[in-house]
Amino acid sequence: MSPLVTLAGVRKSFGGVRALSDATLELYAGSITALIGENGAGKSTLVKILSGVHQPDGGEIRIAGEPVRMPRPDAARRLGIGVVHQECLVFDNLSVAENLFVNAWPASRGAVDWRSLRARAETLLRELDADFPVDVPASRLSIAQKHVVQIARALADDSRVLILDEPTASLSQRECVELFRIVRKLRDAGRALLFISHKFEEIYELADRYAVFRDGVSVSAGLLSEVRSDELIRLMVGRPVAQLFPKLETQIGEELLRVDGLGRSGEFEDVSLTLRRGEILGIYGLVGAGRTELARTLFGLQRADAGTMRLSAAAGAGCALVPEDRQTEGAVLPFSIAANIALPNLAALAPRGWCRSALETGLAREWMDRLAIRASGPEQAVHDLSGGNQQKVVIAKWLARKPAILILDEPTKGIDVGAKAAVHRVTSEFARAGNGVIMISSDLPEILGMSDRMLVMRRGRVRGEFSRSEATSEKLLKAASDA
Amino acid sequence: MTLVKLMRWESMLGLVLVAEVVLFSSLSPYFLNVDTLSDASFNFTERALIALPLALLIIAGEIDISVAAIIALASVTMGLGAAHGVGTPGLLGLGLATGLLAGCVNGALVTVGRVPSIVATIGTMTLFRGAAYAILGNRVLKEYPGSFAVFGQGYLAGPVSIELALFAVFALAFGLFLHRTRWGRAIYAIGANPVASRFAGLDVNRYKFALFALTGLFAGLAAVLLTSRLGSTRPSIAQGWELEVIGIVILGGVSVWGGKGTIMGVVLAALVFGLVTFGLGLMNIPGIVMSIFTGALLILVVAVPAWLQRR
Repeated sequence: MSPLVTLAGVRKSFGGVRALSDATLELYAGSITALIGENGAGKSTLVKILSGVHQPDGGEIRIAGEPVRMPRPDAARRLGIGVVHQECLVFDNLSVAENLFVNAWPASRGAVDWRSLRARAETLLRELDADFPVDVPASRLSIAQKHVVQIARALADDSRVLILDEPTASLSQRECVELFRIVRKLRDAGRALLFISHKFEEIYELADRYAVFRDGVSVSAGLLSEVRSDELIRLMVGRPVAQLFPKLETQIGEELLRVDGLGRSGEFEDVSLTLRRGEILGIYGLVGAGRTELARTLFGLQRADAGTMRLSAAAGAGCALVPEDRQTEGAVLPFSIAANIALPNLAALAPRGWCRSALETGLAREWMDRLAIRASGPEQAVHDLSGGNQQKVVIAKWLARKPAILILDEPTKGIDVGAKAAVHRVTSEFARAGNGVIMISSDLPEILGMSDRMLVMRRGRVRGEFSRSEATSEKLLKAASDA
Repeated sequence: MTLVKLMRWESMLGLVLVAEVVLFSSLSPYFLNVDTLSDASFNFTERALIALPLALLIIAGEIDISVAAIIALASVTMGLGAAHGVGTPGLLGLGLATGLLAGCVNGALVTVGRVPSIVATIGTMTLFRGAAYAILGNRVLKEYPGSFAVFGQGYLAGPVSIELALFAVFALAFGLFLHRTRWGRAIYAIGANPVASRFAGLDVNRYKFALFALTGLFAGLAAVLLTSRLGSTRPSIAQGWELEVIGIVILGGVSVWGGKGTIMGVVLAALVFGLVTFGLGLMNIPGIVMSIFTGALLILVVAVPAWLQRR
């Protein structure tokens, strides 16, 4: 069988930084290909080239044997390539039906034909067995439903090729199952699918073929049934992987933080917890359980309505928060790495107000080193970094402040194995140095692997507390869901 | 990378400035003369003084459209004060205080009232200007003491007017503040990403309030200088200046989206603007036609680099 889409020797650089140096990829009709690689391996660039957002500097793209050029995104669309973006690019202010036909409104004599729009939208959603109405605004949909809308939009364009860029990053277990069912259905209908994910269980569950990228080069491709996951990891990283949960033995010491009956109306209530020196306290729960809101209140971004928080004298250097969304809350993207790391430390770097760039780059170099941040230098803008390196910058800017308590909100969401291991290592070392960590995560292995003690939240309340020895994934899941 | 881009913008302004000098000195024999150029500085110093804090405010992601109306209000306050026998130092204080107060109103509306700054200051623009008209009607206030003229008509040394000296000193001070201190850094961060800045522990609202107050204070200062120079107050004083001041800031390369811009650019833009209006005036081109030139210049300087960058 010949491939439907072929990329051969595709190259792309951004201002001297090589994102892709030799990308080769084949996609087959009726088959799901998993694209595997660390952050910065060139996956996003590849997706953008395939969708006409970026132009390759060299190499060839063929569809059904014909060489093609895609100077604009609509050219890719016309060639039948649809993309489901990781960031969920739907128009929140438009209805579901309008979203589906935003680039091809059914019209009669120039005026939008609303009846036909509705009818066609309903047909499309029925094909995907989606159970939400077409006339609600997209802002009211869940993230999973927004993914379905994006898939339906690709179907509306009659796409032969569908690219799914980390669609499962923010989905619950049940939503993933539902999404996979739809994806398989599309495969069985003869479409060629490219599936990007960092989760190997998913890749093995869903995909038929694989393609591994490393540092902008395709290093291996083939049938998934012929390769084991540790082999894939080795191909992807190009070196033996550090242990994923490098939990260090720590001495649990005096109390740093005590929270009693903390509440904020509509968000969480009656939360009590303590945090000690050397301790990593994991907080598990489903999306919407009130964990992020709790973290923001602990950090002082918002006030509690009820209860008390007491920081002990031992926690003199205070508290830092690495927020869930590194792009909007964590980093100032157009700023350099040095300026980002300096931002929460300006008072220390410039006690009399005058900034000295030598001090800032020095601090940045130190932390780039300690966290193995991969970049051309401290002056590189953070938006040019891969997700994992961006997250490391956000962590670095807070660790540089030397806090006594570090709150991490989904610290490894959407970052690759290598960066994940680095974040875990830094977290463990920080705790062992006699500090306290509160780690919010929806990643069960991460919570179980890293925490000394775990709280489970559901609907704004703490529903269970487990020590490291007694916790199991079953117990945590049970406490987190309305069982 | 961004430094290269900024340099390009400022060198572009520098080129325009040189072109203006060459053009006007070839067109008019009176242009290249110290006294003439000293006179010319009055064309921009008052506007440019407001452009300095306004640049900071726009870099921080906000805007103030009410600056000209603040001048009118401050001028009316001073005029009434003078009519009641307030002396020169008192009038200075009155003008500055009115400006500061008006700036605080803007700041409170945006930070406490959570009104978008463009809406809030369109509102206060109408309000302040309307108040000036309501108080004064058709009257003209001109009972200013003789010594009051020193601010807008006095010279510090030789051809250097007090206005020009004030602008030079404040331009330097704002440049140092914005580019060399941590507070300046915070202003850029707030403009580039207010959410991440708040998460990084910056009191975003306090910065914004302070910048509105500062802009108001400088509008008050401009009112003192302008009123002193004109020697009279009409409610229509400084009509239309808000767009010229904002024009200088944008011409200076400050991004209307916030997070970008330099004081150097704003200073160059003020000079470019001042020379254009003065040169055209020297050639007896009426003010209405002049605005066509300044508008075209603004579009040219903003559009050309954007176009070059896209290619």
